Amino acid sequence: MQTLFIVAILTLGFLITFQIAKASEYVAVLRGEERARKQSNRINGFMLLAFLIIGLIGVYYCNEKLKGKILGAPASDHGVLVDRMLYITLGLTFIVFIITQVALFWFCYKYQESDKRKAYYYPHNNKLEVIWTVIPAIALTILVGFGIFYWFKITSNAPKDAMVVEVVGKQFGWEFRYPGKDGILGKKYFKNVDAEGGNPAGQIWDDPANHDDVFVEQEMHLVVNKPVKLVIGAKDVIHDVGLAHFRMKMDAVPGTPTTMWFTPTKTTKQMREETGNPDFVYELSCDQMCGRGHFSMRGVVVVETQAEFDAWLASKKPQYLTAHPDKDPSVKKDTASAPKPIAAALNVKGN
Amino acid sequence: MSEALHVHPGTTALPDVHHDEHHHAHHKETFISKYVFSMDHKTIGKQFLITGIVWAIIGGLFSVLFRLQLGYPDQSFPILETVFGKGAKGGQITPEFYYALVTMHGTVLVFFVLTAGLSGTFANLLIPLQIGARDMASPMLNMLSYWFFFLASIVMLSSLFIQTGPAAGGWTMYPPLSALRQAGDGSKLGTDLWLVSMALFIVSSLLGGLNYISTILNLRTKGMSMTRLPLPIWAMFFTAVLGVLSFPVLLSGAILLLFDRNLGTSFFLSDIVVNGEILPNEGGSAILFQHLFWFLGHPEVYIILLPAMGMVSEILSVNSRKPIFGYMAMLGSLFAICILAFLVWAHHMFVTGLNPFLGSVFVLLTLLIAVPSAIKVFNWLTTLWRGNIRFTPATLFAVGFVSLFISGGLTGIFLGNSTIDIHLHDTMFVVAHFHIVMGVASFFGMFAGVYHWFPKMFGRYLNSTLGYIHFWVTMIGAYLIFWPMHYQGLAGTPRRYLDKRGWSSFNGFPELDKMITIVSIIVFAVQLMFVFNFFYSIFKGRKVTNPNPWGANTLEWTTPIQPGHGNWEGEIPEVYRWPYDYAKDGRDFIPQTEPVGENESKH
Repeated sequence: MQTLFIVAILTLGFLITFQIAKASEYVAVLRGEERARKQSNRINGFMLLAFLIIGLIGVYYCNEKLKGKILGAPASDHGVLVDRMLYITLGLTFIVFIITQVALFWFCYKYQESDKRKAYYYPHNNKLEVIWTVIPAIALTILVGFGIFYWFKITSNAPKDAMVVEVVGKQFGWEFRYPGKDGILGKKYFKNVDAEGGNPAGQIWDDPANHDDVFVEQEMHLVVNKPVKLVIGAKDVIHDVGLAHFRMKMDAVPGTPTTMWFTPTKTTKQMREETGNPDFVYELSCDQMCGRGHFSMRGVVVVETQAEFDAWLASKKPQYLTAHPDKDPSVKKDTASAPKPIAAALNVKGN
Repeated sequence: MSEALHVHPGTTALPDVHHDEHHHAHHKETFISKYVFSMDHKTIGKQFLITGIVWAIIGGLFSVLFRLQLGYPDQSFPILETVFGKGAKGGQITPEFYYALVTMHGTVLVFFVLTAGLSGTFANLLIPLQIGARDMASPMLNMLSYWFFFLASIVMLSSLFIQTGPAAGGWTMYPPLSALRQAGDGSKLGTDLWLVSMALFIVSSLLGGLNYISTILNLRTKGMSMTRLPLPIWAMFFTAVLGVLSFPVLLSGAILLLFDRNLGTSFFLSDIVVNGEILPNEGGSAILFQHLFWFLGHPEVYIILLPAMGMVSEILSVNSRKPIFGYMAMLGSLFAICILAFLVWAHHMFVTGLNPFLGSVFVLLTLLIAVPSAIKVFNWLTTLWRGNIRFTPATLFAVGFVSLFISGGLTGIFLGNSTIDIHLHDTMFVVAHFHIVMGVASFFGMFAGVYHWFPKMFGRYLNSTLGYIHFWVTMIGAYLIFWPMHYQGLAGTPRRYLDKRGWSSFNGFPELDKMITIVSIIVFAVQLMFVFNFFYSIFKGRKVTNPNPWGANTLEWTTPIQPGHGNWEGEIPEVYRWPYDYAKDGRDFIPQTEPVGENESKH
């Protein structure tokens, strides 16, 4: 019903507009086309000027309204560089934006057709062309210079003491692997993947480096002020590790591992205090179209102190032991005290 | 041949065409040969335009549908279920359907509307008319070019109606998502049809492009040296060169992808476990496809934009009654853009794990494009400066084009800089950027062209009051839709997220999303009004009585109001000057066909 109503209104509005448009065409012919044309010329010239002024006010209003909703201060060292570059570019382009848009609409208004003026024959001026080739070139050299300088800093090799975390995207979730005490991620091969058999990452168990690797899903823990190197991969299609608060992003490509590194500078707790939002979490978003669940492929990043991190990691069992319960000391203890359950069973029977 | 030479001494390029004209004049044209399988470049241009309009309505409607989902993710629209069945169960768009919609929206508008509909229309219409030729170098290939496009359209359209739905991997069609049937419904038959359709489309585009190039190089009338060509022709020329050199690369990508999908090859596939199933493929590179895709994909942006630039240059000059400022600089910047267009493709791939050094080279080359773009903008501004501007709907759209090109071009400087791109890549910022600079701006160029050359196409005017309403609503709407969208991108909101309620970082803009949706519905309605104006005016518009209604210098206005096959009755006019002698020596305009006077000043 509502839809019908809207369609009816649109149709009616359209019919009225059309009739007015037709009528104005007839009137124009009757009153003399030249006169009608000049009138519409004045109206449009004025509208262009009005558009400029209202538009610029709109730009200001939009910024006032929305600037608080972008993410706030970056939470990583690289994020600071990204934001700085962003603001340098913003400053420069905004000046160009204002100058050119004002010139465009002002010229349109000022030089609208008038019987009093003749257009000025001005086909070329090489000096001007050189000026507006050189000035943008200089401005862009500055931007390229800063850009590449920061880019090389961000994409440089991770520091030696960086912790390593493996991030793997799949339809539609995130898997993480920590190297354990030895600091080395064990080798893996995709044909070993066997989620039911306790090997979701496809680890090669013959590699001893794998024996202490910890596997977790959906939640990544990082240590504040400690550089972290993410080794990124994907199982099925291309995903993308998007960390908006850290201003970091890297594709996860099946078959081609990628890496990125950064240093988180604020713990989740700190961010909760700073933003005044007790539910604040760092989110890990998939930024590369990956299928029907793309929009919901969310992971959580917890940034905490070294002590908290150590406690968290210690609470996790290496995946090797999950896959090989017979080698798990904690499980062995259970099997050693095997009579207990039997006794319990007997008890049950006895009752 | 000897007869032709006799008629037109000194012209060596045209004898065959003359002959053709004589030949045709004696034959009665049937409906089929005149309107369907026509070899007349003007009719083919109109065919491209009308097919483009139909596609634009479809593609635009898709955007309205997914905007409904974005603006009102929690609301159900029962009518959607009535129309789309399981794609909108319970009146809510399903994720599969949403991704099919965005994919088709992108594909249709980029390729079928802004490539075929824009350059197909105006290259066909304007090249022979403005260079002084009776038709294209090969009218037959020209006709085939349209019909291959038509065939591609049919295949693409059919994919909308199959059980598993059309392709849904995004218009960039990245494998492995597009290569693996297990990865989603859209990756089933829909993707095969998409690839076949694109292959046909590329054939069409190549046939057209080769034809445009050879026509411009060989069939110019006497006196029409390359530097006397109107700027739209130069723009079409570079567009065609870009298309001919880059489309085959996409074709190779599409064919390899078809092999991966159907023949078990591993060009793009390696190390894949999809839905628990381990695939045998090893050694392929998913990134390879992105290189192949963007080697076309980036020039494609300029394939879309250059014709608009050329037409805007012409229209601004004609209607400000002033020569285009810096003709040679305009030409040089077109050339520079054309060259650079081939050298920047990897800026779409900064975060794919590309070697950082390579990335920095692409940053440099990408930002370099801003220099010729800036030259063009300043030259347009200077063309308006001290003019005597007539605001026809075409002029307004041309002015709108310049405004949008500035806005969208400047945000390109953000994205082309890899450091900022790390944060903004694949966010709504990108969506806002390319819609303004490539989508809406090119549409404005196309509208400007339609309003300006409609009298030549159909011998009637479009209703200009409707034209003004069309312009103002579209202009205001475009900025309302896309300007605030940049802020969503700055907040990191990834594109192609149909429902942001599950996120705390990106969920800050529900009101904004509603506003954008409402505005886009209004803008879409106004485009329908334009379509109505277009078809109504073909039959009922005010008749053109003046063969040169805008007082323009170029050759198309020296033909009869509705030129027949062959364009000029009698001889093709000779050209004596460049096309931009407006306001020279106190005269309003001096057509290209007027010989240079003895006392005329030099420029």
